[in-house]
Amino acid sequence: MLSYLIRRVLFALFTCWAISVLAFIIIQLPPGDFVDAYISNLSASGSGISADQAEQLRAEYALDQPIWVQYARWMRLMAQGDLGMAMEWQRPVTEVIGDRLWLTMVVSFAAVVLTWIVALPIGIYSAVRPYSPLDYLFTLLGFLGLAIPSFLLGLLVLYFGFVYFNANIGGLFSPEYIDAPWSWAKLWDMMKHLPVPAVILGIASMAQAIRIMRANLLDELRKPYVVTARAKGLSEWRAIWKYPVRVALNPFASTIGYTLPYVVSGSIIVSLVLGLPTVGPLLLRSLIAQDMFLAGAIVLLLGVLTVIGTLVSDLLLMWIDPRIRVED
Amino acid sequence: MQRQDLDAPAPAPRIGTVSPTPHSLEPEETSGPTAPFVTAPGALAPGPAPGEPILTTEAEERVAVATQWQLMWRRFRKHRLAMLGAITVILFYAIVVLAEFLAYANPEASDANRGLIAPQGIQWLHDGQFLPHIYALVGERDPQTFKRVYTVDPTQIVPVTFFATGFDWKLFGIIPTNRHLIGVEGGNPEETLFLLGTDLEGRDMWSRVMYATRTSLTIGLIAVVVSLVLGVILGGISGFYGGFADTVIQRLIEILRSIPTIPLWMGLAAAMPKTWSITQVYFTITIIISLIGWTELARVVRGRFLSLREEDFVTAADLVGARQSRIIFVHMVPLFLSHIIAATTLALPAMIISETALSFLGLGLRPPAISWGVLLQQAQNVQTVALSPWLLLPALPVILVILAFNFLGDGLRDAADPYS
Repeated sequence: MLSYLIRRVLFALFTCWAISVLAFIIIQLPPGDFVDAYISNLSASGSGISADQAEQLRAEYALDQPIWVQYARWMRLMAQGDLGMAMEWQRPVTEVIGDRLWLTMVVSFAAVVLTWIVALPIGIYSAVRPYSPLDYLFTLLGFLGLAIPSFLLGLLVLYFGFVYFNANIGGLFSPEYIDAPWSWAKLWDMMKHLPVPAVILGIASMAQAIRIMRANLLDELRKPYVVTARAKGLSEWRAIWKYPVRVALNPFASTIGYTLPYVVSGSIIVSLVLGLPTVGPLLLRSLIAQDMFLAGAIVLLLGVLTVIGTLVSDLLLMWIDPRIRVED
Repeated sequence: MQRQDLDAPAPAPRIGTVSPTPHSLEPEETSGPTAPFVTAPGALAPGPAPGEPILTTEAEERVAVATQWQLMWRRFRKHRLAMLGAITVILFYAIVVLAEFLAYANPEASDANRGLIAPQGIQWLHDGQFLPHIYALVGERDPQTFKRVYTVDPTQIVPVTFFATGFDWKLFGIIPTNRHLIGVEGGNPEETLFLLGTDLEGRDMWSRVMYATRTSLTIGLIAVVVSLVLGVILGGISGFYGGFADTVIQRLIEILRSIPTIPLWMGLAAAMPKTWSITQVYFTITIIISLIGWTELARVVRGRFLSLREEDFVTAADLVGARQSRIIFVHMVPLFLSHIIAATTLALPAMIISETALSFLGLGLRPPAISWGVLLQQAQNVQTVALSPWLLLPALPVILVILAFNFLGDGLRDAADPYS
């Protein structure tokens, strides 16, 4: 178990490092260096900086040094919590990102949790009553869920909400709470807004999870030990829940690690459609304005948080499912 | 061939052994009297169900001599949804080839005055007679805003003609012609015919959707080929050689699967210089998208290599001194080609969604390129969409084609292993 834990943590660290390299590549990609972009951005808004200041900036970010020194410098700044300045806003990146990073994770976690809460009972029901009308219905919905990209679903939901309920279902807060400081009332307001984006984000993984759970459990229910259990007069409920469901859960559970990254990915685009105050809109703006430092910071933070989230869920899984502990 | 089945333990019903499949919508396996190849292994079951025709030896014979591909085709044909998916996909690719023919208006012809005209369907009958026509649109200047407002005038009819003349184009890029599937009699279709309405700039949506279908589907196809090459090479190395290379490639795949990739691809796409031509952007986007899908393909290829590597016939080929390339391409690849085709089909929807999403965000293809995502950009504002809901119509082909590819891929995957 300890070796599993250590390997898992090492892999997470390694992944974080890989993300940092990828984020750094994104920063480096546009022609010219960051200070050039910074200067052109400033002159576009009417202000400017002197050549001295430009040199100072270049020195600060080690832009005159070889690339790996630049990377090391960037990593050190990141590790110190200094994410640099956001050009468009003329404010520190940390300030611009603010709550957005956490809200991204809140929305994504809500989607993942919802996926589980919904997919598990439906998958079990569909396997226990295959080819029943409800099973067909869930299958049909599952196909649609898989086929409609989440951002299109968001558009459709917004449209129908607007036309038929005359309500804007987008956003994560009511207008009066958007700029309000955090309070219980604001939290409650967010909880009320959370289900719509969570469903939109989670629907594809939900459909996938239902299919996997159904197929696994169907396989399991055909095995001789279940027949034996039934033959010995076990109640149907116990015959299903005692072992088959628990066995079928395992492959299902192992997909959770890939659900979170997928959902976080999707949240970027869905946030733009639904107007959610996550890092999605910020990332897009920074990319369009070629503010690569902000974009790189967002990519890095988002990636690292996702890795941590996945690690935590893996450890939870290990705690729930003893087989993982024994396996290695 | 038949022997394999007989030696194996009684085959489990297929429904259960297949992971995520369109289970409940597909036909039951053992109920087809016209499909002897499936009922043949069923002979191992306790006995044929009453009423089921007893198999003739002739039918068994046909199964026994059928090639792998024949068996796959027979199994695939029984999968009704997959057949439906296949037909839909073929129709969509017909649009790709014949986009200009099916479009009746030049997709670039814009007229701000004709912006946001509602879709107008073709009326097939006139006074009980077959006369396809549309009602004329009459433009009037609004006395208050001085803007031209178009209204439908049901008293004026404009007959619709088939194989009409319109803007010039080249069939297959060579044969010059100006024929289009439909047009209007004695008029300019750009000014009269609006099957799916017009967009903000007054361009005809129907014609633009046709062109967009070409762009989006070819991007998907090219991207899937690129990721297939990547997946086969990396998955092949991983599965055939194993060891260190395998470890490295597997870790790489795990890393790519455990980080949110869309922000990364957005970053890559945004780094494209604004000055690039449509073609440059097109191919860059294709490559970025293909980076998304190769991991799953590599996983499939690796799994196949791993399972085949230990087979006796591979050892035998090795012992008689066959070259490695011969073992791979003559003995192993034909066996899992069908699996790769199925996995490729299932990977395509993700590519199409990625292109649509990137273009929708303004980071992918940029106007004047026309793709589904570019068209959907106009539907970003919910107020605009509420007033002109037809701007959302390009979402329909996206959803349809993804559904079709999913059904097709599922059917192919089930058929890929005809001996199971």
